[in-house]
Amino acid sequence: MTTTNTNTNALTDAAAAAADAEVKPTKPVRAKTSAMIASIADAGQKTAPAPLGHALVKLAEQNPKVVGLSADLAKYTDMHIFRDRFPERFFQVGMAEQLLLGAAAGMAETGLIPFVSTYSVFAARRAYDFLCLDIAEPNLNVNVVGGLPGLTTGYGPSHQATEDIAIFRGMPNLTIVDPCDSVDIEQAVPQLAAAEGPSYLRLLRGNVPTVLDEYDYTFELGKAKVLRGGNDVVFISSGLMTMRALSAAKALEAHNVDVAVVHTPTIKPFDAPTVLAELNTDRLAVTLENHTVIGGLFETVASAAVLAGVHKQILPVALPDKFLDAGALPTLHQRYGLDVDSIVTKVLGGLK
Amino acid sequence: MTDTATYTQHVTDREREVALFAYRMRHHVLDMGEEQGQGYVGQALGAADMFAAIYANRLRYRPGDPHWDGRDRFLLSTGHYAIGLYAALAEAGIVPIAELATYGSDDSRLPMSGMSTYTPGMEISGGSLGHGLGLAVGMALGLRFQGRGSRVINLMSDGELDEGSTWEAAMGASHHGLGHLLCVVDMNGLQADGPTKGVLRTEPVQEKWAAFGWRTVRVDGNDINALIDAFDSVPAGDTPAVVLCDTRIGRGVPFLETREKAHFIRIDEHEWDLARQALRAANPAGSN
Repeated sequence: MTTTNTNTNALTDAAAAAADAEVKPTKPVRAKTSAMIASIADAGQKTAPAPLGHALVKLAEQNPKVVGLSADLAKYTDMHIFRDRFPERFFQVGMAEQLLLGAAAGMAETGLIPFVSTYSVFAARRAYDFLCLDIAEPNLNVNVVGGLPGLTTGYGPSHQATEDIAIFRGMPNLTIVDPCDSVDIEQAVPQLAAAEGPSYLRLLRGNVPTVLDEYDYTFELGKAKVLRGGNDVVFISSGLMTMRALSAAKALEAHNVDVAVVHTPTIKPFDAPTVLAELNTDRLAVTLENHTVIGGLFETVASAAVLAGVHKQILPVALPDKFLDAGALPTLHQRYGLDVDSIVTKVLGGLK
Repeated sequence: MTDTATYTQHVTDREREVALFAYRMRHHVLDMGEEQGQGYVGQALGAADMFAAIYANRLRYRPGDPHWDGRDRFLLSTGHYAIGLYAALAEAGIVPIAELATYGSDDSRLPMSGMSTYTPGMEISGGSLGHGLGLAVGMALGLRFQGRGSRVINLMSDGELDEGSTWEAAMGASHHGLGHLLCVVDMNGLQADGPTKGVLRTEPVQEKWAAFGWRTVRVDGNDINALIDAFDSVPAGDTPAVVLCDTRIGRGVPFLETREKAHFIRIDEHEWDLARQALRAANPAGSN
């Protein structure tokens, strides 16, 4: 699949591929799938390393009840930062996700506050029954951290948790958080530990973009925040798509389109009052999520609107209801419409 | 019963206590079964001696304080056996005996399948099979990490050996050296679709556990003396231990022991009194 690096918000993989192309101009540019977890940072973007791991260490320094578990994926979920700082408080269970969640429940029953990490596909698809019955039903304070949420790897459907929110939204007691950046993760971790009951955090790992520090913003569990106002369009977004939403809003300024961005990192419980107040205007309403269009943010907003009697068309930016291709992440984001150019095109079309 | 005196002379106080505990449990099970008209009566009768050997002989708990920090944890992975555990909890003084009459009724603390949020002394919500041992691993890790000396006992059925999660947990317990974890398996040889050997062959069970790094002992799970010896033979140590208990569904009521084996044993309405009479006749330990 050929890609060109004309997008100013191009991902690092594409930038690297393009750089290669400049050295060897005779060869066709073909973006590589690259690492299991491709960086979602734009070239030159400010980032923070392993925000989850460092937030856990900071939390654990203050709270002796905090422990960590992983199912052979500590290194790939930034849990290794915690493991290396507190080896006696880290428990490796091996590639056994049912045990991971069952054991975390057992530890919580003894009064500890476990943070457990695996990939989202395994937490949601493979060990659902254990999260549901061992953790959520008794409402234990177990915090599940899922790597590779939505489309954040080019490894294909085995690793792309495109429907994790759809799977988890129906689980009573479970808090679901879809952070945008390192700021969200750093601030969410202590709040999740302090809150009663279980949570599912969609992880961004490695060098995670730092975006929200440029806004008057703090993460508050259960709250949506208006990051910027705008008269023509309102974006309602979560996760890394808030980063894209902010970039698209800037790009749309060149088209004289004024865009508001509402970031709702907590998917459940959903802050309907804040979101509906922004939705219920004459502006074009767009939801943006790194998730299938089925059962995620779009449907969360839509059901909240219907319940409140708000009659409003909503344009979803989301992944299609299909198993996605393997390939380079930037290619796939373009293919499925999560990149900034696609958002801009969609909005301009929606305004016609 | 002419042999009662002889019997009581032979048994030790400990055996006698366990036997009486099991005998009274079986009466509770029949009473609850009659009240509800259904339930896992056959399994509970078969498992009564294991429950008794654990509660009357092994477990540290405070009847008036079921959440006492220093208690041993007893996990009922096989949530269907709740009827059996309720009988044990009543005999242990954790649940009032009078409350057993509410078993399976609306608003009762004693639902058909065991749930921790409903019943004092019920540590986990079992029922989705293959969960108990993983929870037990976590509890054992958590208790050890916090320097508490409590032991964790997980009771499961042999049907749960079908579940991969059981073996994930078995590996985990061994890997982490959870010597204060004890697993008790009710080997009644029957599951929902029929005899275990026809549903999914799990034998050789003892060798499997041994290969996973566990101390193992296999006993007649309806022989109280053997059960007590078996539990004595696997004190807390460096590795987890499993006691495999071959039991007979309907044990204690001879005409139920010989009835055609089914997941739900058939007991007609007029048979409950007969069952109680048969239980009394067959259990000299309980006649005084």
